[in-house]
Amino acid sequence: MKQIPAPLLTLIAGVVITLASLWLGYNHGLLPEQASEQAPLVDELFNVMMVISTALFIVVQGMIIWFMIRYRQRAGDDTDGIPVDGNLPLEALWTAIPAVLVIGIGVYSVEVFQEMGGLSPGSHPMMGHQHAAAVVAQAPSPDGQSIGGDTMPLMAMTEAEAADFDPQYGFGAGTSMMGNAPDVTVAVTGMQYAWLFNYPNSGIMTGELHIPVGKDVQLDLTAQDVIHSFWVPQFRLKQDALPGQQTGLRFRATKVGTYPVVCAELCGSYHGGMRSQVIVHTQDEYDAWLEENQVAQAETSPDVVAANLSKNSSMLPTGDFLQPYVAEMGITPEAIAHLHPPASEVDSAS
Amino acid sequence: MAQAQVPVETGVIATPAHVHEPWKWYDYFTFNIDHKVIGIQYLVLAFVFYLIGGLMAVAMRTELATADPDFISPALYNAFLTNHGTIMIFFWVVPAAIGGFGNFLVPLMVGARDMAFPKLNAIAFWLNPPAGALLLGSFFFGGAQSGWTSYPPLSAITANTAQSMWILALVLVGSSSILGSVNFLITIFFMKVPSMRWDQLPLYCWSMVATSVLALVSTPVLAAGLTLLLFDINFGTSFFKPEEGGNVVIYQHLFWFYSHPAVYLMILPIFGVMSEVIPVHARKPIFGYKAIAYSSLAICLLGLFVWVHHMFTSGTPPWMRLFFTISTLIVAVPTGVKIFSWVATLWGGKIRYTGAMLFAVGLLSMFVLGGLSGVTLGAAPFDVHVHDTYYVVAHFHYVLFGGSVFGLYAGIYHWFPKITGRMMNETWARVHFVLTFIGTNITFLPMHQLGMHGMPRRVAMYDPQFEALNKLCTFGAFVLAFSILPFLFNVIWSWSKGPKASGNPWNALTLEWTTDSPPIVENWEVLPVVTHGPYDYGMNVGLNGQVEPVEEAIAPHSS
Ligand SMILES: [Cu+2]
Repeated sequence: MKQIPAPLLTLIAGVVITLASLWLGYNHGLLPEQASEQAPLVDELFNVMMVISTALFIVVQGMIIWFMIRYRQRAGDDTDGIPVDGNLPLEALWTAIPAVLVIGIGVYSVEVFQEMGGLSPGSHPMMGHQHAAAVVAQAPSPDGQSIGGDTMPLMAMTEAEAADFDPQYGFGAGTSMMGNAPDVTVAVTGMQYAWLFNYPNSGIMTGELHIPVGKDVQLDLTAQDVIHSFWVPQFRLKQDALPGQQTGLRFRATKVGTYPVVCAELCGSYHGGMRSQVIVHTQDEYDAWLEENQVAQAETSPDVVAANLSKNSSMLPTGDFLQPYVAEMGITPEAIAHLHPPASEVDSAS
Repeated sequence: MAQAQVPVETGVIATPAHVHEPWKWYDYFTFNIDHKVIGIQYLVLAFVFYLIGGLMAVAMRTELATADPDFISPALYNAFLTNHGTIMIFFWVVPAAIGGFGNFLVPLMVGARDMAFPKLNAIAFWLNPPAGALLLGSFFFGGAQSGWTSYPPLSAITANTAQSMWILALVLVGSSSILGSVNFLITIFFMKVPSMRWDQLPLYCWSMVATSVLALVSTPVLAAGLTLLLFDINFGTSFFKPEEGGNVVIYQHLFWFYSHPAVYLMILPIFGVMSEVIPVHARKPIFGYKAIAYSSLAICLLGLFVWVHHMFTSGTPPWMRLFFTISTLIVAVPTGVKIFSWVATLWGGKIRYTGAMLFAVGLLSMFVLGGLSGVTLGAAPFDVHVHDTYYVVAHFHYVLFGGSVFGLYAGIYHWFPKITGRMMNETWARVHFVLTFIGTNITFLPMHQLGMHGMPRRVAMYDPQFEALNKLCTFGAFVLAFSILPFLFNVIWSWSKGPKASGNPWNALTLEWTTDSPPIVENWEVLPVVTHGPYDYGMNVGLNGQVEPVEEAIAPHSS
């Protein structure tokens, strides 16, 4: 130790800390799979912050531990320490370095945010309808009926309504989508305790989100009763679904697979059970799914759909984990039927 | 501030102190106007609530040991998570750090015989017991279940009676906090002994100035938001009812305009405690007195402009998401200044491994991690991913448990001799520290990973893939629960049987150590004269108004 000069030691320590921070910043294993175009952008931002944080952490914790050992009171020594009460250059330095770092992180965040589409939520003209509007979900909801308490009437979105939907908040076209209309638009409704996905172009109503890989997808989010929050961890995207306000998420899934859809905003007792999934298909699979469900739903009367839902068919996103609680949770056939009812059928159901 | 050297002398101060009988135990249960009695009342009541809130946490962690909701019902789970947060913030950290230490210490530190408005002070305290009763009583009506944030519409349609009681309880403690803040500001600005220069004001008092200003500016906004919610629930208004034209996001702005500063209300006084404890036990002058004092004021000011970072995924327009990203990140600068200053204070010291010092250094260590995760949360693109997940739970427990609660422990170990006149047992203090430190990290470190991998917060049931890490967190929580025991026994035993403390057992230089332990009823027979700075260790200064030389003061700890 004594033979090595202090500057050299500092240099070695600096190199070691830098390498350790860089390694940890890119090998922390804290982030799940990346399945959207936004995911790598967010992850890179996190990794950079992780590198900086690791370096600062090692330096500060190292100093704390070193000083605690080096400057501990020795037996029999009741004197005071060195009467140093400040050092202006040093204080300027440790004000300036964090200031530069946070401004750097701030500028970088703005850039990532813009590339993700965070600066352009909203207007997304509908175009290129590949599928005819279907027959379900057209009738208005009867007045005075409410679901899950004091809530707004809601029904499946029609094409016209989807065209009018203008999310004020959330993520819109990212850098790679600027100026285009989305390929697929899905209206997403949060209700205690399920997500409902409605495809205005084809009239399909489902409890799981199906999308084609690599296509520009627009989700129009609203909530039926209380605030919910739509989150797909693998997409790194989250946006609250607010009753009475329009929010949205736009993204391109980059990987075929099945990922969880999680409600991230406390929405009542079974909030933790408000989980569904998003299935990212190849285009062929997606087309097949679309066709199959369009036919199936056109032939099924709403009360049959409702009955299936309450029996926990694939329509409802409850999976295994919520099955025992479906009855307690209050997702009744009536509530589901109410979402897209011919008026007469609602009356008979309730 | 200009009247610095001409304190407003109240009648009490002008009269020479007469010998007053020491308070009896039952005086502590009455409407007593002695600031020291009130301080102890705050501390003890807050600690009782800490135990209650802690039991709720244990129940929740037990529930979360498995993915299914099989221990308590999901509704009760939500009632516990709501009230755990509410109690830990409004009935433990805030009243203990501000009401408890603030009332006990501020007059003693500035050389005053009491607070500026003693009766108002007592009223402020006595608003707390009914508030606590309302909160606990709400469990007879199911308990408020909408989180400590109580966002409508959920809060407007869930457990209405309990939710209303919750709102009233918060309005009561908010009023208490406003009264207290006025009192602290007037006391510090006008009742300081004339011989104390402004740059000799202890840093705890500076942090109380910042805290009080913040509380005064922000608390009324919370009260307004909650009152509107109360009206929506009970009187048919529709401020936050979307189906009647209300706006659910406005509530979030009102709530966070207060509640983000509330985070600083919980940490600024603790920063003050740190600046008192570290120099005494490291035997070093505080490094950068002015930087620490100014950074408290900077945090106070900046803290008013960061609230939207709690709403990055809500109905928040892009420009706000970005503006508040930048403002939030900037708060890291004054916070960093404090951390670096404390670390530099350790350099060249003769560090005593006392209970107070261990918790102060433990805080430093935990706060570095919590602060760094806080920076990552400030960046909107990343926050969008982890907002409302266990990553956030991990972050705020590192700064509030690893920060505020460690700081409260440090403060209790440090001022216990002054408050009670008896020394605490240092061996058990070390056991307490080790258990708490380990328990904190086992409980909260894995939560970062849980959140980033996809586990939302506030859930009684979760995806089974997260079960292993949750079991680890639950184990840590049990360690934490257990870690209370050595502390509790130490306090109870020391308070009744501990060795008697001298007036200045730590050889500290601030004014509270110039009087007896515990201080006499009006603090000093003759007011002390300030002859040196509060942290002039190693500068061979005599103790303020103290006859005994430094060397003869009793060293209480075996080392
Ligand atoms: Cu939900």
